[in-house]
Parts: sequence; C-alpha cells; structure tokens
Amino acid sequence: MTKVSMSVNGKTVSGDVEGRTLLSEFLREGLRLTGTHIGCDTSQCGACVVHVDGEAVKSCTMLALDAEGAEVRTIEGMANADGSLSVIQQAFQDHHGLQCGFCTPGMVMSAAALLKENPKPTEAEVREYLEGNICRCTGYHNIVKAIMAASGQDVSAIAAE
Amino acid sequence: MYNFEFAKPATIGEAVSALSSEGAQALGGGQTLLPTMKQRLAAPETLVSLTGISEMKGVCLSDAGEVCVGGATTHATVAAEAAAHYPALAALAGRIGDPAVRNRGTIGGSLANNDPSACYPAAALASGATIKTNARDIAADDYFQGMFTTALDEGEIITEVRFPVPEKANYQKFLQPASRFALVGVFVAKYADGVRVAVTGASSDGVFRWTEAEEALNGSFTKDAIDALSPPDGDMIADLHGSAAYRAHLVKVLTGRAVAAAG
Repeated sequence: MTKVSMSVNGKTVSGDVEGRTLLSEFLREGLRLTGTHIGCDTSQCGACVVHVDGEAVKSCTMLALDAEGAEVRTIEGMANADGSLSVIQQAFQDHHGLQCGFCTPGMVMSAAALLKENPKPTEAEVREYLEGNICRCTGYHNIVKAIMAASGQDVSAIAAE
Repeated sequence: MYNFEFAKPATIGEAVSALSSEGAQALGGGQTLLPTMKQRLAAPETLVSLTGISEMKGVCLSDAGEVCVGGATTHATVAAEAAAHYPALAALAGRIGDPAVRNRGTIGGSLANNDPSACYPAAALASGATIKTNARDIAADDYFQGMFTTALDEGEIITEVRFPVPEKANYQKFLQPASRFALVGVFVAKYADGVRVAVTGASSDGVFRWTEAEEALNGSFTKDAIDALSPPDGDMIADLHGSAAYRAHLVKVLTGRAVAAAG
C-alpha cells in the first residue's frame, strides 16, 4: 500500500491505496463520496466523470496514485456554499434533465467542464461534448436543454419534444 | 486488474531507469492500457507513469518549421495548441474518443500502442513524421510494423513527435460510433516533394500508405485523379462493423473527400 494525498472538493485528503486502485474507487470506497458513479467501468459511459486539475476525466480510467497532489472536484463539490443547487444542477431539475439519475453526476461534471471552456455553446456543441456521457433514460433532449439553460440561453425553441 | 508497483518519475532519465526493470511497462494517459489491464489482457509488474515528465509535454514549432509534440501531450492539448500550425493534425486530435478521454490520452501512448484503428498513426505516417525516443530518431515509414507492433524496443519511450507541416492536408474519419475509433480513416498530406496518403482502420497490418493514390495525386491533386483507381487490395479487416470490401471502398471514398476538403 502507498499513501496518496490530493485535494478533493477543496479539502486535503489522503489514504493508503494499491497501485491498481482507480481514482473512482478511492473516491467511492476510500472517501465514501459515492456521488461519482461507476457505470460501465470501461471508460465508455461517463457516469464517473470528475474534474482533475480543472479538466473532465473518467475517474474509472485513472489511477488514484496518478492523482497525487491533484485538485479533484466531484459532484459533491458542485452545490453552492449554502447547500443550494448550483446553476447547472438547478437547470437539470427545472428541465427534467434526468430520470433514473444514474448518469447525472457525470452529466453535470461534463456540463460544467463544457461551460467553462465554452460559456455559450450551440445545441450541436452541447451534443458533441456529451458524446462520452451515456444516458439510457432521457434521450438527451432535456439534458441538452438543461445545459443550454444553465448557459443563460433561451431554450424555448430547443428540442421541444 | 492484477496489482502492480507504481512509479511516477519526473524526468526522462528516471523513467528510462524505472523501465529497465523486469516486467515494467510505460503508462501514458491509460485510456487503452487501463481497460486492457482490467480485462487481464496485460499484467505488468510495474507501471511507470509518464504523465509527470514536464519536458515531454506541450506543442512547439522547431527552427525547421516542424510541429513538435511532446510524447506525453494529451489529445486535448494538441487540438488546442497545434491548431495555428497544423490545423489538420489539431482537428484529428480533437476528434479522438470523447472530451474526457482527450484530456488524458497522449500522442505517445497512441503511437506506442499502434492500434490498427487509431487516428494518430495515420497523421504520423502521412506527414512523414519523426518519432523521437530516449535513444534515437525513427522515421514514420520505419516505425509502424503491423497491428500493435512498432519499432520501439523494450523500455524505449517516445519523447517527442516531429511533424513537417504540409502545404495542404486533411483527415477524414469514418467514425465507428460505439468505440469512437476510425472504422476507416484517411489522412492526405501534400508536400512540396509529393503527396502522402495514410490509411488507418482498414488493414489488418495496421496503418499503411496507399501508394497508387499518392502517384495519381502527384499528377493532379484533385478528387478526380483517383476516380479510375481500384480500392486498395491489402489484407482488409473484416468484422461485424464492416466487410473487407466495404472497408476498401471506404478508403477510396474518404481519400477523395480528404483531397476535396484539403483544397
């Protein structure tokens, strides 16, 4: 076992991990931050997306030890300081951007990464950016709508059905 | 995944030293190797992460006008930083996998793995790139040696890839939407001394140059120039995504599109 230390949602954390411990496992089992979901565990589905040093990554396909010293942000770190939902989270609720909710943590983290690099994306850009996040409930329309709304754009004409 | 020792050196020298031990393997961004290890198709005793080596990261322009990409540079960085120098290369990098994969996967990892459907081998071969390692410089024409096979020796690290910048270039990727690899991809690059056409995803020998198309395009760099050619007849991959004849057909169609798009 090797000691690993990193910042997660602004707090310095550490733990003993094996070489093979994935970042997703360290977050869920080591830190009990179970908001990061493991869907496929093959880097296809995107339910495990977190931010590492500000960039979206699939935490099931990164070793915990490779995140030594990194700043990690998970879905648990997305709400506002007073506990209210962030703009993106609130938009997912307002626009029914989820049904079962399993993919939602990854969707929100990918959406946040997109809006950081592209604050006013087009609908096509949103859909393209989400190509590594799979939802089996919604058909994506309301997720796209939520992200467009979170960017401050009028969504009345988007993906109406 | 079987357990292993993990090392994260800060310099190329330390990495070479760590990789000299029995059963050690280099780890780039891990977007292929970690899933492979989960399936127990690989079980290295030591993984040597190359992502902490700052001298292997970034994109620059050499004095000779080549685009130099550090071996540990992510696809996302190439997409952003090569755009001004070599737009076709940046566009290729920007369509590998998905955004989260592009934030981790590296050019060195892709070229060292030489997946027969990966995008980067087509760019390197069509550009006549130089693959620089800790030990030597390898010309792209000598580097790719068949499916998942390269000229790299055990423990040898790709430290940099140098791409001569063409007059015109374009990459056409026929996306396999589940894997996001190329079902077939064709990179066409026109240099002052000739046109190079590299094909990925099609042949069971991995990336290859379609020399008949190169000769035709040297005569006239137009889509019409390849109309009379038969599709290449190499050992095409046939699987549930496409037959050998379908892939061969795609090679010709995509080559034409790449020439038209390159202008």
